[in-house]
Amino acid sequence: MSEDIKKFMYVNRRAPYGTIYAWEALEVVLIGAAFDQDVSLAFLDDGVFQLMKGEDTGDVEMKNFSPTYSALGDYDVTKLYVEKESLEERGLTVEDLMPLKYEDEDDDWAEKDSIRLVSRKEMAELMDEQDVLFSF
Amino acid sequence: MAIEVNGKTFETDEEGYLTNINDWEPGVAEAMAKEDDLELTDEHWEIINFLREYYEEYQIAPAVRVLTKAVGKKLGKEKGNSKYLYSLFPYGPGKQACRYAGLPKPTGCI
Repeated sequence: MSEDIKKFMYVNRRAPYGTIYAWEALEVVLIGAAFDQDVSLAFLDDGVFQLMKGEDTGDVEMKNFSPTYSALGDYDVTKLYVEKESLEERGLTVEDLMPLKYEDEDDDWAEKDSIRLVSRKEMAELMDEQDVLFSF
Repeated sequence: MAIEVNGKTFETDEEGYLTNINDWEPGVAEAMAKEDDLELTDEHWEIINFLREYYEEYQIAPAVRVLTKAVGKKLGKEKGNSKYLYSLFPYGPGKQACRYAGLPKPTGCI
């Protein structure tokens, strides 16, 4: 196996239900997690809705995959960057999002927040650092 | 494809996974195990039930390394290793146990 660790960022810009993009992105992330790369997720524009608390898809006949975001920590996907301006433009705060956590192996399995709020400028810098960007 | 259990028919995909997870009942696991010449013990059921709970909580079938880690956390270190899980499910704990549990094939399993 190659020793090369690349920085992969999955960029989520669309609302979770109504199209298949969010679920497809999540599946790709879970599959890709097996390859030991440096993985992060970015949520901006309507993509921030993917992390909303208390989603109920009962009436739209789509699988409710919101609980699956909580499994990302188990897959060692621990960096979920959320753009502050996108939240604000939609009248949301981080309190409206699921409190996603992961256990830090290097810190005696302490529970830590996976969601990291970043500004638009910081998001652009993060994107610039990546080797690979996947846009959904 | 389909599997017949106690006179009831359960629809499966081409790899033998149940099409509808909500159709599942314990008899399905028994029937699938019988086809593989495997007798289900309490130890098998512990993993099958664990997978069903995992799916209930996260809506996915875990990849095998995630399953191994989670089993170790919940059921103890002596069970959270591939040797133990493969001794129970020789065709692969992810694939075989998920199939018995009525779950889809694990995400990321090729």
